[in-house]
Amino acid sequence: MSAERIELGPDEVRHVATLARIGLDDAEVERLVGELETILGHVATISALPIADVPPTAHSLDVAGALREDVAKPGVTREQALTNAPDPSVDGFRVPPIGS
Amino acid sequence: MAAVDVIGLTAERAAAMLRAGECSSEELAGAYLERIEAFDPALHAYLHVDPEHTLAAARAQDQSGNVGLAGVPIAYKDLLSTKGVPTTAGSKILEGFIPLEDADVVARGNAAGLVSLGKTNLDEFAMGSSTEHSAYGPTRNPWDQTRVPGGSSGGSAAVVAAGLAPWSLGTDTGGSIRQPAAFCGLVGLMPTYGTVSRFGVVAFACSLEQVGPMTLTVRDCALLQQVIAGGSERDATCVGLREPIVLPEPGRLDGVRFGVPWAELEDGVDPGIRERFDSSLKLATELGAELVDVELPYARHGLAAYYVIAPAEASANLSRFDGVRYGLRVDGPDLRSMYEATRSAGFGPEVKRRIMIGTYALSAGYHDAYYVQAQRVRTLIRRDFDAAFLGVDAILLPTAPTTAFPMGARMDDPLAMYANDIFTLPVNLAGIPALSIPNGLVEGLPSGLQIIGNAHTENTLLRFGAAFEQAIGFDPVPPALRGGAA
Amino acid sequence: MSSPWQKDGYEAVIGLEIHVQLATNSKMFCSCANQFGDEPNTNVCMVCLAHPGAMPVANAEAIRQATRVGVALGCRIPETSEFSRKQYFYPDSPKAYQISQYDQPMCAEGLFRVPGEGGFDVRLTRAHLEEDAAKMIHAGGEGGRISGSAGSIVDFNRVGTPLLEIVSEPDIRSPEDARRFLTLLRATVVAIGASDCDMEKGSLRADANVSIRPIGSTEYGTKTELKNMNSFRFLERGIEAELERQLEVVLGGGTIEQETLHFDPVAGTLSSLRSKEQAHDYRYFPEPDLLPVHQTEAGLVELGSDLPELPAVRFDRLVAAGLTEPTALALAVDADLAGYLDAVATATGDVKTSANWTMGEFSAHLNGAGLSADQSPVTPERLAALIALVVDGTINQTAAKEVFGVLVEDPQATAASVVADRNLAQVGGDDALGEIIDAVLAAHPEEVEAFKGGREQVIGFLVGQCMKQSGGRADAKALQGLLRARLNV
Repeated sequence: MSAERIELGPDEVRHVATLARIGLDDAEVERLVGELETILGHVATISALPIADVPPTAHSLDVAGALREDVAKPGVTREQALTNAPDPSVDGFRVPPIGS
Repeated sequence: MAAVDVIGLTAERAAAMLRAGECSSEELAGAYLERIEAFDPALHAYLHVDPEHTLAAARAQDQSGNVGLAGVPIAYKDLLSTKGVPTTAGSKILEGFIPLEDADVVARGNAAGLVSLGKTNLDEFAMGSSTEHSAYGPTRNPWDQTRVPGGSSGGSAAVVAAGLAPWSLGTDTGGSIRQPAAFCGLVGLMPTYGTVSRFGVVAFACSLEQVGPMTLTVRDCALLQQVIAGGSERDATCVGLREPIVLPEPGRLDGVRFGVPWAELEDGVDPGIRERFDSSLKLATELGAELVDVELPYARHGLAAYYVIAPAEASANLSRFDGVRYGLRVDGPDLRSMYEATRSAGFGPEVKRRIMIGTYALSAGYHDAYYVQAQRVRTLIRRDFDAAFLGVDAILLPTAPTTAFPMGARMDDPLAMYANDIFTLPVNLAGIPALSIPNGLVEGLPSGLQIIGNAHTENTLLRFGAAFEQAIGFDPVPPALRGGAA
Repeated sequence: MSSPWQKDGYEAVIGLEIHVQLATNSKMFCSCANQFGDEPNTNVCMVCLAHPGAMPVANAEAIRQATRVGVALGCRIPETSEFSRKQYFYPDSPKAYQISQYDQPMCAEGLFRVPGEGGFDVRLTRAHLEEDAAKMIHAGGEGGRISGSAGSIVDFNRVGTPLLEIVSEPDIRSPEDARRFLTLLRATVVAIGASDCDMEKGSLRADANVSIRPIGSTEYGTKTELKNMNSFRFLERGIEAELERQLEVVLGGGTIEQETLHFDPVAGTLSSLRSKEQAHDYRYFPEPDLLPVHQTEAGLVELGSDLPELPAVRFDRLVAAGLTEPTALALAVDADLAGYLDAVATATGDVKTSANWTMGEFSAHLNGAGLSADQSPVTPERLAALIALVVDGTINQTAAKEVFGVLVEDPQATAASVVADRNLAQVGGDDALGEIIDAVLAAHPEEVEAFKGGREQVIGFLVGQCMKQSGGRADAKALQGLLRARLNV
């Protein structure tokens, strides 16, 4: 399989992990640097294709989206809403302090 | 009560038995549950089975009289939400999660009277081609337990192949129905995008995936597609069917023009697969069809485009798993550390890889070079197919370039794992339907023939599939299960 | 009316980002009710909670309302618009992305006119549809500020409320103009019924982008973003404070840093807010769960013809009818009162007098009773009948006010019946008034002398005495004339 040469540093991997909110230890960072270089190296083979004038396709359906009539219907109860919550309060979902 | 012999039992036949009173739904479900208890510990194809629940549902069907498909059991990929029944998507991050609603396809199954046997194993969040990426351990291939069943719908394939369910539902984002169907000797359909509701399907890549049937026969495939296809008010991208699905009868293929993209077959295809594929082409001509060379020049870029678009969408779809409203939470002193600890512990290595790729491809500075460029390739792939379908009724390709590979063989080489989907994922990028049917054995392992059609040509594909099916004469029961031995 | 903010050679450059909650029955992407004030987490569903497998389906009415607002604001409505995902992790965003619009908004560039003396045009960049965020209740924090260490509770009732974000170009040149622009824009949105635009309830929220630059420069300086200005007064004061701060920094040789600032209305100070996403890398991409929205030419024409009179147009009409600009503006931004005035004026044929009554007695009565115009017992017809009696000289102003009071108290009464019952008709004939004048002049010889000696203001006293004698019913104008004639002889 063809590939472009892509170089990623550990800092770039850490930056992407921060955007994605995935905590990584140093070993994982090191492993991901290599894996992502390989995968992105293959993926980057399309970067050079001279297709700038081709319109991008986000949806394979060439129709307008179905819309919903503006009618309110009951949702779920608070008890149901909180059933799966890892840290429920009496009436809501508890989250840790925002911190710095 | 006399155990019903369910090995090789098609859903069509099971429904006929129920209607004729030859057995009850409870007996039928009981027979599958017994086999699940006996054989699933080795295969590990189910993630959740609740015999009481299943038998109660079967009894309810018996009481209301078994008409149509009512009372026939089914297995659901654990990516499909089931109200009140755990749904994990194969991930630790959803361990213990209980959906508040059924997925539309499950609701349609319930409305048709289908009885759920349980939830089947999958690669975590459907990301994988071997079911080895399940957080709950891999599933084994009933044809050879040292090999993978394919993926990501590997559990749904294995249960049908092993006689642990008459049929099942899988999902297909890049080949996740067709490739495991091929690896396990089954029929699998990737429907036209927008014909089956995705509501309640734990999302991996929304613009690419559909739910579809995994069955022993082409007719079963049509029957199950009749159940699940149709528009939904809860999925804005689901426009439904243009014409009803009809049950196909096998016949000749006189006057049919099949396109064969020879250039795409030049390398990377196992010789045994190539041999089986060539022999199916010969069959096609014997049945009266004509073979036409077609070119799909951008299909070879499908893998690269797919591994930008799918991870990009996935990276956003999986952001909701943040430890706040459901699922795993690993606490930390502040919000940010809670997020990072939860997602680090909750996601497996493959999911993390794809989130990282997707996040990178959408991030500032790379968005146009990766994401937008991949969408342009997507346009070109669709155009390739559009051009090809001007001259042919369907396109033939092997479903996968290999047969089922040994467990562990590709776990350390993500790109090699991805490459197993080269023949399937261009179909998802184009949003068109494709049917995979068993195409005989290669060294004792099933191979698949993929019949790709233009959008909304499911009936044509099923008719072609039925013709090939009869001509090929494949026995979908693995040798070890034949003659009631297992 | 207003002049640009200019100090020490610098001028203000201000743009607004306005969020309007649309008044639909249901939320933007699910069927939960769009309502305010429920108990926490009781107006939610799978979509609100972003359960796996939940899918958005766009509300047709929200799209219609957004389009109407766009048309009313003079925006171009593109044939195709598209939803996109804007990604950031925060507990108020259950999917960790907000469904918004990026490069294909519902409403494209527009031009909004603030009419009147010192009026100005503001170019609108765009208006796009999106979903509102959930509410964070910060334990230990005050007023929703992000502070404290006790954590927070998330309430998802508000999540998914349809929001229209209207973005202006930096065409505003003073804090007062910012307020004026927002006042008229709010009135426009309210007039077409797209939102109640209640800043207290949060259905109208405004952020301001503020910078300064040397007068005459065409470049823009570094801007700061001001948030949380939840009243018109705070908006004006917040911008004012930020302009002063920036001027001080620049004059002191410093540079302005791009940041988000929070205005504390009590202290009148600005503080820097931590951003939600440090790098602000929102990683937008088209929402794959929603297909593009298409607008047809015919649909837009129908929608445009269906709009009520807009405030700027009404302002022009009322000024042309002879009202002063402040009166016209007050009526232009109050569709309720303006509609009432139109009904009264149609009946009386006298817009100015009708406007005086509508803005005077009638407005005071509404405010006092806490009523809207259509709830008042004084219907336009009843007020018009009263005004007619004033205009034709049957009663004077004093009597008219008394009659108005009775009309409020007694829904059965008519202006004519009150005048008759209470004998309020004006005493206007020369003979009748002459008698009164004679008596008053006779009783106040010293004042008469003073007037004749040049103390002009004494006339007021004498008029008052005559009016008193008449029981308040004298025609004041006629009285003045007669009195002067008598004294000057």
